[in-house]
Amino acid sequence: MIDAASPAMMDTLAQAAPAAAERTAPLLRVENLSREFGGVLAIQDLSFTLPKGRIVSIIGPNGAGKTTLFNLITGVYTPTYGRILFDGRDIAGLPPYRLAARGMSRTFQNLQIFFNMSALENVMVGRHLHLDRGVLAALFRLPRLVRKDREARDLAAELMREVGLAKYIDAQASAMPYGALKRLEIARALAAEPKMLLLDEPAAGLNGTESREIDELIKRIAARGITVVLVEHDMKMVMGISDHILALNYGRKLAEGTPGEVSANPDVIAAYLGSMA
Amino acid sequence: MFSHRLAPLAGLAVVAALLPLALTNNFLLNIAIVAGFNAIVCVGLNLLIGFAGQISLGHAGFFGLGAYASAVLVSTYGWPPLAALLAGAAAVGGLAFAVAKPILRLKGHYLAMATLGIGIIISIVLKTETKITGGPDGMPVDSFSLLGFAPYGERAWYWIVAALLVLAVWGALNLIDSPAGRALRAVHGAEVAAETLGVDTAGYKVMVFVLSAVMASVTGSLSAHYLGFITPGASDFFRSIELVTMVVFGGMASTFGAVIGAVVLTVLPQLLTSFHDYEAMVLGAILMLTMVFMPKGLVPTLSALIAPRRQV
Amino acid sequence: MQAPMVGERVAPVKPAKFLAPSPQPLSREGRGALSGDAITMGADFLQFLVSGITVGAIYALAGLGFAIIYNASTVINFAQGEFIMIGGMSAATLTAAGLPLPLAILIGCAAAMLGGVLLAKFAIEKARNASVVTLIIITIGASIFLRGLAEVVWGKEFHQLASFSGDTPILVLGAAILPQSLWVIGVALALILVIGFFFTRTLSGKAMLATSYNRLAAQLVGVNVRKVVLAAFALSAALGAVGGAVVTPITFSSSEMGIMLGLKGFTAAVLGGLGNGLGAVVGGLIVGIAEALSAGYLSSAYKDAVAFVIILLVLVFMPNGLFGKRGTERV
Repeated sequence: MIDAASPAMMDTLAQAAPAAAERTAPLLRVENLSREFGGVLAIQDLSFTLPKGRIVSIIGPNGAGKTTLFNLITGVYTPTYGRILFDGRDIAGLPPYRLAARGMSRTFQNLQIFFNMSALENVMVGRHLHLDRGVLAALFRLPRLVRKDREARDLAAELMREVGLAKYIDAQASAMPYGALKRLEIARALAAEPKMLLLDEPAAGLNGTESREIDELIKRIAARGITVVLVEHDMKMVMGISDHILALNYGRKLAEGTPGEVSANPDVIAAYLGSMA
Repeated sequence: MFSHRLAPLAGLAVVAALLPLALTNNFLLNIAIVAGFNAIVCVGLNLLIGFAGQISLGHAGFFGLGAYASAVLVSTYGWPPLAALLAGAAAVGGLAFAVAKPILRLKGHYLAMATLGIGIIISIVLKTETKITGGPDGMPVDSFSLLGFAPYGERAWYWIVAALLVLAVWGALNLIDSPAGRALRAVHGAEVAAETLGVDTAGYKVMVFVLSAVMASVTGSLSAHYLGFITPGASDFFRSIELVTMVVFGGMASTFGAVIGAVVLTVLPQLLTSFHDYEAMVLGAILMLTMVFMPKGLVPTLSALIAPRRQV
Repeated sequence: MQAPMVGERVAPVKPAKFLAPSPQPLSREGRGALSGDAITMGADFLQFLVSGITVGAIYALAGLGFAIIYNASTVINFAQGEFIMIGGMSAATLTAAGLPLPLAILIGCAAAMLGGVLLAKFAIEKARNASVVTLIIITIGASIFLRGLAEVVWGKEFHQLASFSGDTPILVLGAAILPQSLWVIGVALALILVIGFFFTRTLSGKAMLATSYNRLAAQLVGVNVRKVVLAAFALSAALGAVGGAVVTPITFSSSEMGIMLGLKGFTAAVLGGLGNGLGAVVGGLIVGIAEALSAGYLSSAYKDAVAFVIILLVLVFMPNGLFGKRGTERV
């Protein structure tokens, strides 16, 4: 069972949420985006917008370019062509660490947990931009740094409780099971107080119960005004929680719209060769 | 948290304070002092190799540059020793900064070879510029003095080294348990993820490289004053490998491991005098056996056996 | 460290043997001087070129050895130089003990190959899944161990080996070329051609190539990849050992000679593009020639530094080398 979040933490997270009135303005706008790998166009002339404060899912068959798109948005790859506007500003070509400062946070399809640290420390790295980052302050252990670190540790513990990892608060990351680590990554990404959270296959490798818990977690995150973008294969989850869906195939946009619109789209049905719940 | 963190450091301080009682003659004190110097360099090198996950096969070069900076500026040009030490540290810091950016983009064998190349070039320059450095035969170094006070004798130097070692370990422990330190370890753990969380990974790699280089330089300067003489051998490839062996053997990502590795591998050859002919073989064997059977190093392996799931 | 001495044009004079990569100067004769008089710039250049190609041939063999092992196992074998040393030292000491030269070289080869196989079996295999840093340190440890062993067995002095066909230099266009240089270049060329034949025409060679392209796929078609790795180490060791034997008459051998040769061989391999055998050969020649030319025209004292400056430049500006592939990392 997932513990209720503390009021203090709710406040912290709520402060990061944009006001309700701003929720309809697009947070992310992609224009004519293309990315080439050795002659193959992984993403071709892609254009779409993502509104604020929604849960958006990106779907498509394997090889459709979903993770590539993720990597382009989060600065891991640079576009071959096109623009990416986050919060109104062009971010194409910015290194990932600058995008974090702009309010973007993500998790990874193949876990990128810091196995050389404890679970708590993993989440604390998420707070990096909010803490005293300097080396001299660190070497001499200045009081302000110590105080902020203590606060960060408390916040990290709260976040771990929020995502259902209360029993792992004192654990080493290397001792935790796969499902817990997926949620640890989410806690870590949340610690950064992002405007937009990108989740790359958060339900991958999880069983039915765990998937439902992730479902609930995503809804709670979105309820605080954080835009959540997911890449996911689990169609039940996608159709159940998404406000907006973007369907890709062969690097191109196949369809865009509400779950109802997208699941009724004949091109989408054809691309998947199967039914969607 | 306070006692958990500082207890081992207090332990080190106590050992350092009580050790002279057991070191009854200058020969033993000398070994302790040299071990202490090595330990300080290794604490810095371990930040780079163990915590940040990088590698340097040329760190003796920075040590040698610091030593020669002090030797030349003090003995040839009459500079005050502290000024020479600081100038050397600044020069080495500058050099490390200049080479770090392009080199730390590299990974694995490429990074290892690049650092190796730098170390060897430094060592060749020190050996060749005979007019300045005295060439392969080395040069004498005047003793260290600050505001009229000059440490004389092994005991004085022992306290200096012990104090600096405790200070270095304290600084390293502080760094590791700080946002900067966690960022550094994150670079080692999952570099791409660290970037997406706002960590300027390139910047931190450069920072830790420069920090460890400066620590080596300062130690080199002091070591030169203590020994009264230096040779280019202090900066050569073999010395760089010795330093890496100490870190790797003692325990990567463990500050106390680095200290213990330095102490063990400094003391051992001294105590077994007939060892000298076999020194290279034993060093090589230690490297191989450690990495094959004890890849985390002595201290982390032992502490995992003694107290599982506890952090060092 | 001395520059090649240029022999006089007039009478066949035995030029002093130049020093190839040796970390310590052989003697304190001082730096080589160009004998001004009747030597044209062309003759100097040719002289330097030949000594560069000679020593470059050894770097090429070392680099080729690196490439073969890297291809079979993605390990950089820092002990490569020690195989060269073992070959040279064995040849020198065994012939001094009375054995005929071919037998001495053969035994040296066998000793190096044994070392290579043991290294592969006990160190590399056990650390199959270890990090790159770990593997680097293991092979460095092996290199130091072998050097220490050589010191214990053969001592620290330099050992000499008689030139295979005498010391009378051959005069070509005013340059005095040692016959041994021709031996070095010839033997290296022969070995390279044999290796080329091995990889393109024999089944075992193709199996080794297959392992380098895709280990799993090679296993699936029945290639015993563990044997391939062992064979790669043995092959590289043999290459190095023969190279060491054939260059010893020129450079003398000592237990120390391996380090520099190995490191410069690595430079050759990276310059050519890690994993590219032909690239390693070209890289070796480039490094050797660059070294000889800069020693002759610029400063002989910094001869050893040339290879390391080259490798720094390569690593910073084109880490994939001259012929390497550019890859993208999958996240």
